[in-house]
Amino acid sequence: MGDFAVEMRDVVKEFPGAARGSDQVLAVDHVTLQIRDGEFFSLLGPSGCGKTTSLRMIAGFELPTGGEIYLHGKPVGRTPPFQRPVNTVFQNYALFPHMSIGANVAFGLQMKRVSKTDIEQRVKEALDMVRLPGYEKRRPRQMSGGQQQRVALARALVNRPEVLLLDEPLGALDLKLRKEMQLELKTLQREVGITFIYVTHDQEEALTMSDRIAVMDHGRVLQAGTSLDIYEAPNCRFVADFIGETNFISGTLVSVNGQEGEFQADGLKIIAMVEANVKPGMPATLAVRPERVRLTPTAPGDTPNAFVGEIVESIYIGTDTRFAVHLTPTVSVRVRRQNVEPIGMPALEGPTGVKVWVSWHPESARVLAS
Amino acid sequence: MIQRLRQHKSLQGSLLASPALLWMIVLLIVPLLLIVIISFGGRDADGNVIYTFRLDNYIRLTGYTDNCRSAGDYFSGLWQAITNPAAYDETTNPATRCFDPLYLQILWRSVSLALQTTLVVILMGYPLAYYVARSSIRRRNLLLFLILVPLWTNFVIRVYAWIIILRGQGVLNGLLGSGASALGLPFRPLDLYPSAGAVLVGMVYEFLPFMILPMYTSLEKIDTSLYEAAADLGANPLRTFLRVTLPLSMPGVVAGTILVFVPVMGTFVVSDILGGKQFVLVGNLIQRQFLDARDRAFGSAASIILMVMTLLVTVYYTRRFGFGEEIAPV
Repeated sequence: MGDFAVEMRDVVKEFPGAARGSDQVLAVDHVTLQIRDGEFFSLLGPSGCGKTTSLRMIAGFELPTGGEIYLHGKPVGRTPPFQRPVNTVFQNYALFPHMSIGANVAFGLQMKRVSKTDIEQRVKEALDMVRLPGYEKRRPRQMSGGQQQRVALARALVNRPEVLLLDEPLGALDLKLRKEMQLELKTLQREVGITFIYVTHDQEEALTMSDRIAVMDHGRVLQAGTSLDIYEAPNCRFVADFIGETNFISGTLVSVNGQEGEFQADGLKIIAMVEANVKPGMPATLAVRPERVRLTPTAPGDTPNAFVGEIVESIYIGTDTRFAVHLTPTVSVRVRRQNVEPIGMPALEGPTGVKVWVSWHPESARVLAS
Repeated sequence: MIQRLRQHKSLQGSLLASPALLWMIVLLIVPLLLIVIISFGGRDADGNVIYTFRLDNYIRLTGYTDNCRSAGDYFSGLWQAITNPAAYDETTNPATRCFDPLYLQILWRSVSLALQTTLVVILMGYPLAYYVARSSIRRRNLLLFLILVPLWTNFVIRVYAWIIILRGQGVLNGLLGSGASALGLPFRPLDLYPSAGAVLVGMVYEFLPFMILPMYTSLEKIDTSLYEAAADLGANPLRTFLRVTLPLSMPGVVAGTILVFVPVMGTFVVSDILGGKQFVLVGNLIQRQFLDARDRAFGSAASIILMVMTLLVTVYYTRRFGFGEEIAPV
């Protein structure tokens, strides 16, 4: 149990309704999470999913209305934020506008009554670490968004917290800078070895940086796992939909054999992996990623899932070509084919309406509860 | 002509500023110059201004009289009056003494009362402004409304209301009296009105909103995430207040101080109504010189002194406290 940097057990957060007499708002709904020491952990979900509220409860800005949060095995209870060994990087950075950069970074150390010479040394190191050496005398408003972001990071990390909480810290940056900072943050996290808990609504960002991700929606954790788990084996429709692009085919699960099962949709018999909570006879959804669907001129012999379809749309986008293929009048799939070969494959190019073999491996598709 | 104007940026600027400049000249600079000129003048038997250049009015304000034979006389009198004012009043003959403490007393009383009022208003206003700024939007609007409602009533009427509260058979003594008799204690009505204390109460009451509003504006602008950031970095509520809230709200405190200190220095209504006839401030002095004594030259000189004192205190204050920038410790 003590191995976890942060553990949330059955944590609930209810906010009083905004209007008088309205129902309570359940922001966090019985969340249980275990975050390992030294891990880069992301809370991922759409806005209002409870990810920021969860983070704020770990920081101590909000108190849970149920359950308990543990830091390195110790329950934090109602400990106020200023006594918790965690630090936060705020979405809007929240740098103190009336203090210099040096004073901002030194603030936490002063509160801990670290000696003046140590403070000076550690502030310098922290600013070096975020590649802002010699910026002590500047004011926050004299710096760009990216630089302020780094200062906020330095101000938090200089305290050597047990856990660093980051609340969509890259949200306000432009795309290019954001990509740079993603890699930088990841590298920094590996260097300092501090547990990072990172809140984001950007699935790509989460996949890029995280050791593990928890996908949240409506206050609940739907799935927690590595990027690979989440992307390859989503356990519900929401996760499959939220992370990456997915084809959903509605149908019925006919039978289950071990992890695999037979799925039927509009006369098509599809063999796929079955999520544990789906039982035979239940209406269900088949999820298959566009890049896992192959288009071939002839029938492939390596998979039972091979169907003849008709290309109704084909869009060349440089690295990939995207197709929309009708399998039956009601079932169609989007296909994404990387342009590895020189443009050719005569059967597939050209105008739409071409008949083509559409196939995927049973491991590439999952039957989820609908 | 138009062509030339296009070529001269500075000329364009002054032309654009000219309406405002004209306004300033007509309404501010000319009247001010008139006061300065009159303050060096004198008064004839009918109360008209004689335009001369004499320092008599200013000398009179310092308390230097015709009885003085030398500057030494004056300064020894001044020294005695400062070190032991009661003895000086009793032992010296007003008709023959060199130093007349009257005007310097009035000036000192005005400055000291203005400082006291400002201090009390800051101490009372800050928690109130803080509370309003941290309230929900709906409650905030209600509270601001309540703070402003008294201003809808006439200034003089509101000051008179304090007489009803503070006088011998007034509301306050009535309440205290019935409280004391309920407890079976002896009670003698407090002598609250007229007094210097009553003036202070009236001033604080009148000027509190002018302190609260700028303070509120400053406090309300502070991003709440800064409080969270301070707490996150280990600052308890007191240190968060001292390191973050207070410095960031200083512009409001400075603005409020000026809005309160300056008018309190010049006002005469409150002291007139609540202070009794012997409680005279510079404002009362100026008013009486203009309306009763009809010595406009002396009144003007007192006005100039008032202005200079106000300016000195204000400049010192803003220099000393700046506008909310904290000196960086590292």
